[in-house]
Amino acid sequence: MSDGNSCVNEDQSETHPDDLPEQQVLPLDAWHRAHGGRMVEFAGYQMPIQYTGQYGGIVAEHEWTRNHASLFDVSHMGQLVLEGENAAGALEALVPGDVSALKPGRMRYSLLLDENGGILDDLIITNTGERLALVVNGAVKWDDIAHLREHLPDEITLTHQADLALLALQGPEAGAVLEGLVPGTGALIFMTAAAFEWNGTPLWVSRAGYTGEDGFEISIVADMAEALADALVADDRVQPAGLGARDSLRLEAGLPLYGHDLDPETDPVSAGLMFALSKSRRETGGWMGHAAIAPILASGAANRRVGLMVEGRMPAREGALVFAGDREIGRVTSGGFSPTLGYPIAMAYINADHAADGTRLQIEVRSKRLDALVAPMPFVPHRYYRGDPR
Amino acid sequence: MSRYFTEEHEWIDVEGDTATVGITDYAQEQLGDIVFVELPDVGTVVEQGGDAAVVESVKAASDVYAPISGEVTEANGALEDDPALVNTSPEEDGWFFKLTISDKSELEGLMNEKTYAVFVEGL
Repeated sequence: MSDGNSCVNEDQSETHPDDLPEQQVLPLDAWHRAHGGRMVEFAGYQMPIQYTGQYGGIVAEHEWTRNHASLFDVSHMGQLVLEGENAAGALEALVPGDVSALKPGRMRYSLLLDENGGILDDLIITNTGERLALVVNGAVKWDDIAHLREHLPDEITLTHQADLALLALQGPEAGAVLEGLVPGTGALIFMTAAAFEWNGTPLWVSRAGYTGEDGFEISIVADMAEALADALVADDRVQPAGLGARDSLRLEAGLPLYGHDLDPETDPVSAGLMFALSKSRRETGGWMGHAAIAPILASGAANRRVGLMVEGRMPAREGALVFAGDREIGRVTSGGFSPTLGYPIAMAYINADHAADGTRLQIEVRSKRLDALVAPMPFVPHRYYRGDPR
Repeated sequence: MSRYFTEEHEWIDVEGDTATVGITDYAQEQLGDIVFVELPDVGTVVEQGGDAAVVESVKAASDVYAPISGEVTEANGALEDDPALVNTSPEEDGWFFKLTISDKSELEGLMNEKTYAVFVEGL
């Protein structure tokens, strides 16, 4: 800490991370159980991996999301707010994105990097007009808060909005469903956000998500989350979906998962996240990790995150080694069976010499070699809403 | 014919020296959507409690153990084209493999249908 006074504001009675119970409880915990959620431990919370019942099961929930609209509880994620004079400029010291250029109501994907250019987390930054809102991964949110607090100037206030829930409504029917419930939300386009009201409750609605489909993330005070969840699933087009479907959907969408496809040992260039390095800031620098990443930008990364289509039906999962002939060239960081495509897919970090689309490789699974093909991502095309075509 | 169960949620039908092995309805329900089953080759000698097959659901790979020692005589080819048979018919059409039993005394430690039901109830 730079200063004994620079503590993190905690809304409500959020306990200090050191005092946290081993399992935290989601605002919708009872709601998930009542809807047949099969709860597992994730990011320190009990979360539904899938639901039981007629529409339940990972594949059914996955397909429902691709065809209708699914409700995901992502309240485990950290919702942070930065306030203060030139908060954007201050945050730019810690992320490689052009935060100052972010217009009110606009959102941007970015990365928290360490001095070595390693990825501490990936996050979404929104300019809400008056402040900056950050959504960070649940599993590392306490580390993120400590890192931000350590490196941001004392004049910048960091608030952890622990009294908020976050619900994601994802799928091609999400726009129509939410417009019916919260008029005006349908006018948002992908990666924009605005304040709304539902039954007198303030909402912060972002048109974004983690499935590759059109959809929203809705921030709402935790006390009202159950009522909103009820209102959403009262619509026949909406079913609840769990972590299992969330994972298979994001994998098909080519979206990396922090802690698996991204970690402090990976850098943004190898990870294929160049778009998160704003062009204006690649050369000017002034962000943590720039000194380490500049040479990688100049000469290219030794390894690259690629997509792999696996032949046959046997999935290749995290940790499986990738070979070009006899030579070990990399490792799968996440993989599984694609319900949409009907065959296994994976993400892997492999030697850049073998990373061209269409390269034939092998993956070792239980001492068998599976044939695989380097494939462009997303595996399943994104269908974000970018406005009605003229 | 008698059916036995293991604590690892395999079932085994015994007819003379031959046995048919699969996973229980409880097991498939826990695993969720099954997308692939890796079955032992014919002629493989398996040992009671040892690895015999792998069942892959959307979310994870799980080992299936041999409920009893013996030599594999047949694997269920239908699972190759339709692994979801394990979900829809776990205790009939979704059987995994057949084997020739090498030591029938190993059956003594297994559960019958009633005790298995009680066992599952307690989970």
